[in-house]
Amino acid sequence: MTRHLISSADLSREETIAILETAVSMHDLQRRDVKKVPTLRGRTVINLFFEDSTRTRSSFEIAGKWMSADTINLSGKGSSTSKGESLRDTARTIDAMSVDALVIRHQASGACHQVAQWVRASVINAGDGMHEHPTQALLDAYTLRTRLGELDGRHIVLVGDLTHSRVFRSNVITLKTLGARVTVVAPPTLMPSGIGTWSATDGFATGWDLDAVIDSDDPVDAVMMLRVQRERMSGGYFPTAREYTVGYGLTRERLERLVARNPEVLVMHPGPMNRGLEIAADAADAPQSVVLDQVSAGVAVRMAVLYHLLAGDESTRDDVERSVSA
Amino acid sequence: MSRLLIKGARPLGADATDLLVEGGVIRKVGSLGSERVDLTIDADGLVALPGLVDLHVHLREPGREDAETIATGSAAAAAGGFTAVFAMANTSPVTDTAEAAERVLDLGRSCGLTDVVPVGAVTKALEGAELAELGLMARSRARVRVFSDDGHCVHDSRIMRRALEYIRAFDGVISQHSQDPRLADASACCHEGELSGRLGLPGWPGIAEESIVARDVMLARHTGSRVHVAHVSTAGTVEVIRWAKARGIDVTAEVTPHHLALTTDLLSGYDPVYKVNPPLRPSDDIEALRAGLVDGTIDAVATDHAPHARHDKEHAFVDAAFGMLGLETALAVVSDLLVRPGLLGWADVARVMSSAPARIGRLQGHGMPLEVGNPANITLIDPDREVTVDAATSRSRSRNNPWHGRTFRGAVVTTLLRGAVTHTTERELTTVTESEN
Repeated sequence: MTRHLISSADLSREETIAILETAVSMHDLQRRDVKKVPTLRGRTVINLFFEDSTRTRSSFEIAGKWMSADTINLSGKGSSTSKGESLRDTARTIDAMSVDALVIRHQASGACHQVAQWVRASVINAGDGMHEHPTQALLDAYTLRTRLGELDGRHIVLVGDLTHSRVFRSNVITLKTLGARVTVVAPPTLMPSGIGTWSATDGFATGWDLDAVIDSDDPVDAVMMLRVQRERMSGGYFPTAREYTVGYGLTRERLERLVARNPEVLVMHPGPMNRGLEIAADAADAPQSVVLDQVSAGVAVRMAVLYHLLAGDESTRDDVERSVSA
Repeated sequence: MSRLLIKGARPLGADATDLLVEGGVIRKVGSLGSERVDLTIDADGLVALPGLVDLHVHLREPGREDAETIATGSAAAAAGGFTAVFAMANTSPVTDTAEAAERVLDLGRSCGLTDVVPVGAVTKALEGAELAELGLMARSRARVRVFSDDGHCVHDSRIMRRALEYIRAFDGVISQHSQDPRLADASACCHEGELSGRLGLPGWPGIAEESIVARDVMLARHTGSRVHVAHVSTAGTVEVIRWAKARGIDVTAEVTPHHLALTTDLLSGYDPVYKVNPPLRPSDDIEALRAGLVDGTIDAVATDHAPHARHDKEHAFVDAAFGMLGLETALAVVSDLLVRPGLLGWADVARVMSSAPARIGRLQGHGMPLEVGNPANITLIDPDREVTVDAATSRSRSRNNPWHGRTFRGAVVTTLLRGAVTHTTERELTTVTESEN
């Protein structure tokens, strides 16, 4: 297993599946009254968040605490305008306290990659700018596998602001790693640069027409709606929220057509949702929706990631397996 | 040093000859037997070029002396074979007055390692709103002829038009940093393409450069004035300039060694040493830039030497400073990548790195042929010497060197500024020169 988790591409298919299977055990643990296991006792995990986040940070914090790690939350100052400490100094200062893992959220793409070159601790990417969010992709894969079993050949559709989405960038990697077929849909202005050659190299499909994808002969197993920030309108990415919804929103009517073709279709969203923009309330709360399952899986998957990166030696592995199977 | 004999040098790579220098001027050229001199330089096998001239450097003084000073930048320039450098105006304070320009000139003279020629700002404080005192800078002792808001584009079409019209009175030139701020804003830091898409870095599309260049050549045609395109980075820009030159428009252009050699895929590791503005481009652009330099569409090689304090490069990639060192490595890069494969001869190197930049900048006493009566600004080059770049040994105060660890064939051996040795790798010569002082 890799020492850091910076990109979803750091994980092979075997490693990805190993984490997801560990997460199953962790998820079982989560349903007990006493949730704590001693696996990471004496280990220190720093949640270093340069960018606000409620769900990812609390999810990592709970994961660390249930594994008995000492978990400390730090909010960093890292805006491009701040004339303060350099990222290297911040990272090395914390690393000098002999911590075991740095869970980093940063508004700049590549920040985790850079920090990993400067520190001894394991670095876990909790979202870097527009780049990646590998634990989100793992929890999405976990949620999908729980419902669908192995993902080989499954058709997963991602819709929304791909340009600014780290969820998209990690998911497309993890889903391909697990053998799924991926289609991404967005208006041309929200497609990342070079998507044409990129999709050809990495083997996923792209489209501007959501209805064409829904109505194609290739039924959809899951549709993942990505958050669209309303501010994007001022950047000229699309004219109005109304127009976006008509073109790319998961409306009740679109959900009905998806269900008509595949009654088992799953509706996903990484949150936070803009109800009425990219997803209608009817779709978000439909029986097909697994949005809360995704949140629930977040803790288990992050426990599994901490376990695989930090509990390297056999003694601690036995330890966790005993406590999980007890 | 009163009399100096250079033995066996090959001017522009041609047959070996001797040059006698006296009083800073070339006095004799030819086979010179027994001259009574104070110093003899054995230049057997070395190529002699007119001292190199760099139209585009950042020396950071005044304001950021922790990154570079005129002294350290001058030393780096001399080590790179340069006898004159044009120091960009984006210092603190900005070079936007005659007094500021004269101060840069005087600091350069007091170092005496290279002629430091101040570039004047086009607009006050580089803000793009009001013209700086272009005429007073031109009339000053610094005789400013090159004006640039480099780092910022003069994007307002009316300001650019007025500036071009105004500088005709003293034969000035606007060196434009071509970047439409609406198409590539201050956060843009990666060539827009598949890599920027994958890395999630704000894209810097070629069109943001090309559209400004297209506008500027039309403004140059309309005003009859001179525009110079700084750091050309795309094939599209080369096309536009070629089109404009074919129509007699007075446009000139420069390209940096890094845009001739380094590709955008170096950014895949998010190492800010490769962050530069305009960004590194794909190999298709590099091919077009090389072709443009070879066919004369691009007039000059300029380094855009941009030193930065270490901590300014140790931020997240999008937050780190733009720019890379270039003075000490420019000749080696050109020699290795363009001369060795036969794309350029040494006479061409003299043109693109000396005579053309001196002409564009209306700089007297530089870029002149190695002929009797001309100032002895001479760069001696060993075309076969291999040099591996070591960032730690740079004369620059900064270490943001993208060439670290790379090996090039072709090295500057000795630099002479008006007959004075300002740099040499030859130990004997160093000793003699030092004892003379």
